[in-house]
Amino acid sequence: MPRVRYIEPGGREHTLELNAGSSLMRGAVDAGIDGIEAQCGGNCACATCHCYVQPPWLDKLPPPSDDERLMLSNVAAERRPNSRLSCQLIASPALDGLTVQFPERQS
Amino acid sequence: MASQAPILIVGAGQAGVQIAESLRQEGYGDELLLIGNESHPPYQRPPLSKKWLLEPGAYSALALRGAEALQRRRITLRLDSEVSAIDRAASQLQLATGERLDYSKLALATGASARALPVPGAGLGEVLSLRSIGDSAAISAAIRRCAAAARPVVVIGGGFIGLEVAAAARKLGAAVTVLEGLPRLMSRVTAPIVSDAFERVHRAHGVELVFGAQVTQLLGAGDVEAVCTTDGREYPAGCVIVGIGVVPDDRLAMAAGLACDRGILVDDCARTSDASIVAAGDCTARRLADGRLLRLESVQNAVEQAKSAAAALLGRERPFVAAPWFWSDQYDIKLQMVGLSHGYDQVVTRGDLDKPAFSAFYFRAGRLIAVDSLSRVQDHMQSKRLLDHGLSPTPEQVADPQFELQSLLKDLKVATAGGA
Repeated sequence: MPRVRYIEPGGREHTLELNAGSSLMRGAVDAGIDGIEAQCGGNCACATCHCYVQPPWLDKLPPPSDDERLMLSNVAAERRPNSRLSCQLIASPALDGLTVQFPERQS
Repeated sequence: MASQAPILIVGAGQAGVQIAESLRQEGYGDELLLIGNESHPPYQRPPLSKKWLLEPGAYSALALRGAEALQRRRITLRLDSEVSAIDRAASQLQLATGERLDYSKLALATGASARALPVPGAGLGEVLSLRSIGDSAAISAAIRRCAAAARPVVVIGGGFIGLEVAAAARKLGAAVTVLEGLPRLMSRVTAPIVSDAFERVHRAHGVELVFGAQVTQLLGAGDVEAVCTTDGREYPAGCVIVGIGVVPDDRLAMAAGLACDRGILVDDCARTSDASIVAAGDCTARRLADGRLLRLESVQNAVEQAKSAAAALLGRERPFVAAPWFWSDQYDIKLQMVGLSHGYDQVVTRGDLDKPAFSAFYFRAGRLIAVDSLSRVQDHMQSKRLLDHGLSPTPEQVADPQFELQSLLKDLKVATAGGA
């Protein structure tokens, strides 16, 4: 099972084992990681599961869809080049060790 | 000092869970009990009228939070529990079992129930409404039976739930008739130009839409067989889905003497008329500065009011002032709405009306008050920020396709974003 490392806004870290095929949003919400709201529940409709993908993982991820890219254009926290919506990131064995950080605010 | 009675939260939906979580995030360390009357742990409702109808899946995919998350935050969950009364004088809840629970503070997040169809025959079999996970599964199964038996699905109500169900039923291969009492779809919340776009899309997908249809009775022996309207028409039906709105569950609050007006009355900080009781989500009604009563039935409202409620329980003020937003999926159209369009005097559109992929910008006295976006994600996100920051483009700017809304946002600093 791929492991994903989450960094909460306060800096606390959690490493979770996710089922392959599960979204990073789902994993965080199930475990109660702070810093994520996921109001729309994974519909790419709210941009409240915004995360920063830590190097070197950004280039290893499939690129964002048009909808995700447009949603990212106006997230509540600072948009950075490594901004993604965690509901659109799917855990897989190739992403074992992926690390994401949640921003200070989601809405 | 003797240990304090816990904070009790009645209702384990989106608002209830958020109140509990926010209390912990705000530093509340004592006991916290979340009381729900369903048998499932807290789950998301929006998918129930959308993709869940197409592919009912495992409960875990709908879970709002995992068991682990609740444990970590020391939130005790008590399911299958019906609260029968609030005894404010004794600071106690009475459960249907007769058990009494002390509270130090109380939060009400009792949600809403589907409005019942007030006509003869509404109690027949295969007459369904949508609120819970079980309702969604029952509707999905009924639609599949209709599709297999070539019997039509009749949807009563052309609002969000009715139209989402209609779209899902078409995808599942059933014939669908939507009976709407008013002259257009979603008329309480959108401008005619948006209603018209959805009317075209539903018709293009083969939905029969009937406007001005007043249902008088449902016919059948055991299961429903037809729906009758005032004009004497009879619509054959293999099942009937009733989507005519919801009724806030304010019964407990009202019986306890809290101020209610089609919902538990709260201020911007989610406080009720009792200083030790807060309320959040679908069960509430908010009195606005202009005296109007605002009822919002949305995830965002549940989450934001819940954050305010948690703060209020700890004696802090955290008003919910962000622009309300909402979304709906119908076929491949992503409808996203932000702001309150009530009282608009001008609508300007941007985008392609035929596709449809456009946004309707609502203005009042030249100021932007709301935006409905159909598959125009960027318009929605930009408008949300504009409204949250009290910024407004002019109607002329919106009408000019060359004008970039983003240009109005470029000076905003992230550090000051939202403020709430």
